[in-house]
Amino acid sequence: MSAHGQVIGRPDRGRRARDLSFRLAMLTCLGLSVGLLGVLLVDVAVDGIGYLSVDFLMNDPSSDAGKAGIQPALWGTIYLMAVCVFFIVPVGVATALYLEEFADDKRWWNRAIELNIQNLAAVPSIVYGILGLAFLVRGPLSLGQVVLSGGLTLGLLVLPVVIIAAREAIRAVPPSIREGSMALGATQWQTIWRQVLPASVPGIATGVILALSRAIGETAPLIVVGAATFITFNPESLSSAYTAMPIQIFDWVSGRPSTGDNDFRPLAAAAILVLMGLLMVMNATAIWLRNRYEKRS
Amino acid sequence: MLLLAALISVLTTTGIVVSLLGETISFFGEVPITDYLFGTKWSPLFEPASFGVIPLVSGTFLITAISLVVAVPLGLGAAIYLSEYARPRTRKAIKPVLEMLAGVPTIVFGYFALTFFTPEVLRGLFSMEVTIFNALSAGIVMGFMIVPTIASISEDAMSAVPQGLREGAFGLGASKLQVSLRVIFPAALSGIVAAIVLGISRAVGETMIVLVAAGQLPNLTADPREPVETMTAFIGATAKGDIPTGSIEYQTIFAVGTTLFVITLLMNMFSIRMVKRYRQVYE
Repeated sequence: MSAHGQVIGRPDRGRRARDLSFRLAMLTCLGLSVGLLGVLLVDVAVDGIGYLSVDFLMNDPSSDAGKAGIQPALWGTIYLMAVCVFFIVPVGVATALYLEEFADDKRWWNRAIELNIQNLAAVPSIVYGILGLAFLVRGPLSLGQVVLSGGLTLGLLVLPVVIIAAREAIRAVPPSIREGSMALGATQWQTIWRQVLPASVPGIATGVILALSRAIGETAPLIVVGAATFITFNPESLSSAYTAMPIQIFDWVSGRPSTGDNDFRPLAAAAILVLMGLLMVMNATAIWLRNRYEKRS
Repeated sequence: MLLLAALISVLTTTGIVVSLLGETISFFGEVPITDYLFGTKWSPLFEPASFGVIPLVSGTFLITAISLVVAVPLGLGAAIYLSEYARPRTRKAIKPVLEMLAGVPTIVFGYFALTFFTPEVLRGLFSMEVTIFNALSAGIVMGFMIVPTIASISEDAMSAVPQGLREGAFGLGASKLQVSLRVIFPAALSGIVAAIVLGISRAVGETMIVLVAAGQLPNLTADPREPVETMTAFIGATAKGDIPTGSIEYQTIFAVGTTLFVITLLMNMFSIRMVKRYRQVYE
């Protein structure tokens, strides 16, 4: 009985104290991680907010920190994202459709494709830069250091994100809808085009936005495929030279000596604020889409 | 048609492997592979050139180790709190914040490490004598970058542990601390290992934080207060200049890229294996 009492009796004080301090320790871990995000946002805001202005958005970069702006970088990023969307939507959705609606899991090549996509998602981004350099910028396609090669490199990088999201969206369409459509005499293609795809649009859109929000902040692959650091014109076509927001930030943080009153680092902070602002709008849209979609189904 | 699209992903992998291997093989035509793998001096761009990759690998692993010292306790602590203690509402509110932390572009973390963490925290708060570029600051900030990865995957693994195990332990009089550490933690171990391995592979492959904040100096050292160069930072720094195709500089990018790719690929395969294992046990 006494042994029993030790186990299920009232917890003694030491035990309670240990329990409480463990709980506090775990909470501290969580708090530190979330707190760092707060410190980071505040630090960037304090450094950069004074430099945000219409001029900053409209000016070209300059060797004079007082006159420098981000217009070419902003347009470069918009062009890159456009190339990215036109690449990842068709390819990502088609791949997802193939894997969900047609592929036979028992065939080795389908399993290989799946494993391959999982692995691609974890390849370091700078390795995609090397791929872009060897195949798109030089080598077989030799596109040069232009918007098209940069956008495609980013597209390849985030393609797994789109594929995985699109597959989940397609899988979430109830089989009864497919069966109903087929029972009414629709072919498999008609079923996919008129039933499955429309029903999975919100899920796919969410995935695409999340993919773009990853692509928009990627710096390393763009360095390798040759986004320029000092460009004073906006891209005009897919074969223009370009710069991009993260590249501009990188250049202002470590590309040039910051001396006394010609300090570029606050400009980097201001550009970070613009980039983070864009990111938040994208993420908010994705969350809004996801919530709306979840409520309906 | 659709199969063709699916093949693009396979083509990407093939492209990565082919592009890396081609130039890497020509690189090893000029530099003996043993010099590369075992050499302790890395100065490919200056005369006399030396191609020992060990300083880059050691720099990479030094920073990765520092980031793990930060990320493993914080990530696992956050995961235990979210999975065992937090109310569903708290959990729902915190998860998007962690996702946001994971979505911060790494160049921003680089800026933060260089302009805030080194001068204000390391030199200011802890009055440490560190050079302005150092492994410690880059490593700690990178640790915070991978906390969400570790926290969210291991939280999934902990939540997947059947409720019955918890109830059984509570029924025997175990406290929440005992349940968390002696029941949930071991039961979710393979998921936790997978999370950590994935975190390592993100840390090894991360470029911008180290390029900005760790200095670009191939340095065979274990002292985190000194500047180091990682494999990724070398690739970034070298590719920035317009280097001629086929030159030895061009080839070093690919040789180092291959080394990096092989390391992260092995880790990822291992992590996929581990995740599969915990899914099979409890679902």
